[in-house]
Amino acid sequence: MIKLPESVDQIVVNLLKAANTKLPEDIGWALEAAAGWETDPTARTQLGAIMDNVKKAETLGRPMCQDTGIPIFYVKGRFDGSVGAEISKGLKRATETVPLRPNTVDPLTRKNPGDNLGKGMPIIHYLPMDDQFTEIGVLIKGAGSENMTRLAMLNPSDGIEGVKRFVVESVLDAGGRPCPPSIVGVGIGGTADGCAAMAKEALMFPLDSENGDPILRELEEDLFVKINSSGLGPMGLGGSTTVLGVKVRTAYCHTASLPVAVNIGCWATRRAVARITDSSVEYRQGA
Amino acid sequence: MTELRTPVSEETVRGLKLGDTVYLTGDVITGRDEMHARAVESAESGGPVPEGIEESVLYHCGPIVVSEGSGWKAIAAGPTTSARMNSLEPEMIRRFRIRAIIGKGGMSAEVGKAMSETGCVYLAAVGGTAVSLAESIVAIRGPEWSDLGMAEAMWRFETDRLGPLTVAMDSDGNSLYENVRSRLVRDI
Repeated sequence: MIKLPESVDQIVVNLLKAANTKLPEDIGWALEAAAGWETDPTARTQLGAIMDNVKKAETLGRPMCQDTGIPIFYVKGRFDGSVGAEISKGLKRATETVPLRPNTVDPLTRKNPGDNLGKGMPIIHYLPMDDQFTEIGVLIKGAGSENMTRLAMLNPSDGIEGVKRFVVESVLDAGGRPCPPSIVGVGIGGTADGCAAMAKEALMFPLDSENGDPILRELEEDLFVKINSSGLGPMGLGGSTTVLGVKVRTAYCHTASLPVAVNIGCWATRRAVARITDSSVEYRQGA
Repeated sequence: MTELRTPVSEETVRGLKLGDTVYLTGDVITGRDEMHARAVESAESGGPVPEGIEESVLYHCGPIVVSEGSGWKAIAAGPTTSARMNSLEPEMIRRFRIRAIIGKGGMSAEVGKAMSETGCVYLAAVGGTAVSLAESIVAIRGPEWSDLGMAEAMWRFETDRLGPLTVAMDSDGNSLYENVRSRLVRDI
């Protein structure tokens, strides 16, 4: 492990505090833009209350939503085997100090250990690289949006139209439950497990980051327009702002498969990233 | 805009119209999946049920609270997804004559039916606005059933203008969610 200017567990506490209390700038801008074009009075009330809450959360240093979710960690670059234990230590401490709601339970007995840990928690995705830095990112997923996740193993002949239909139907069927205006993460290709992971990781990318693939960029724009033309609106109560963005990730898949996964992020898609070198830690709020 | 004060009468509830914006002042109890299950189970078997459920305003909320002095303070207290309580809510409404439910995302037609029978409304809070909503909680008592954990236990909140809340299901069986859903443009 490279020598760090700050302990990993402290960096994790900082990341969880930042992600939970400060909405990423790009989402704030998207909400402001939506408030500008939205004409439905109920929708305007929802957006106004959201922006008011975002300001209060940041000023008071409190979690913007009581569902401080399940944090998903992304570790990239240079690291050693101790990083997982350090992340757990930071998460446990943040649960007390931010504070975070203790959300993890045994899936069958529903027993809650009270510290957001337990078997298999937290979820950490590792990507070792030969860089001279370590990057730790976190995405906070509340259950309202996570419970709307869908995976379809489409037929290759369903093609891009089949993909679009599945994404639009998934978002509209979710209705107001994932706290729209939402951000839609879409994974296309890979295998069932990899596809679901791509859909989720897509939510780490800022709304103003452009997809490098022109076909995917067009797909994102098309889905954005289609879903926002539906009339579902903020909180499913009607209006023209159903999604703030659509982010698509792809991977090659089996010639007989066309996996598609949809992972919806609520308006409070909370994320934070720390890039750590031997002399500094830089924080930002997206991949 | 309507200012509601607890206790809320059946007559008041029946006077609320779909789309009205409401602020609520007074006593609210919290309840999620586990609280619903326990309240119904306990009442069915003749067991004890905490005071204050009868004719209450029931908030679908699992708050973050911290102990402060001899009591509690709400840090974040927004609504949770109400649809999870669809199966037990008709029984809750009929048995305890719940007058208003606060939540997000709406509830099933069966819940709407129970609401119109007994006189109850569904008030949609804005999902994720947990700090604003917590700021309108002036006192907390409880919890009841603390073994269920912070999120699932039953808390009693005293509120001062909790809101904005939107009347999203009224006591005549109308649902703003259904109205929106039936008009959805599924142009794919």
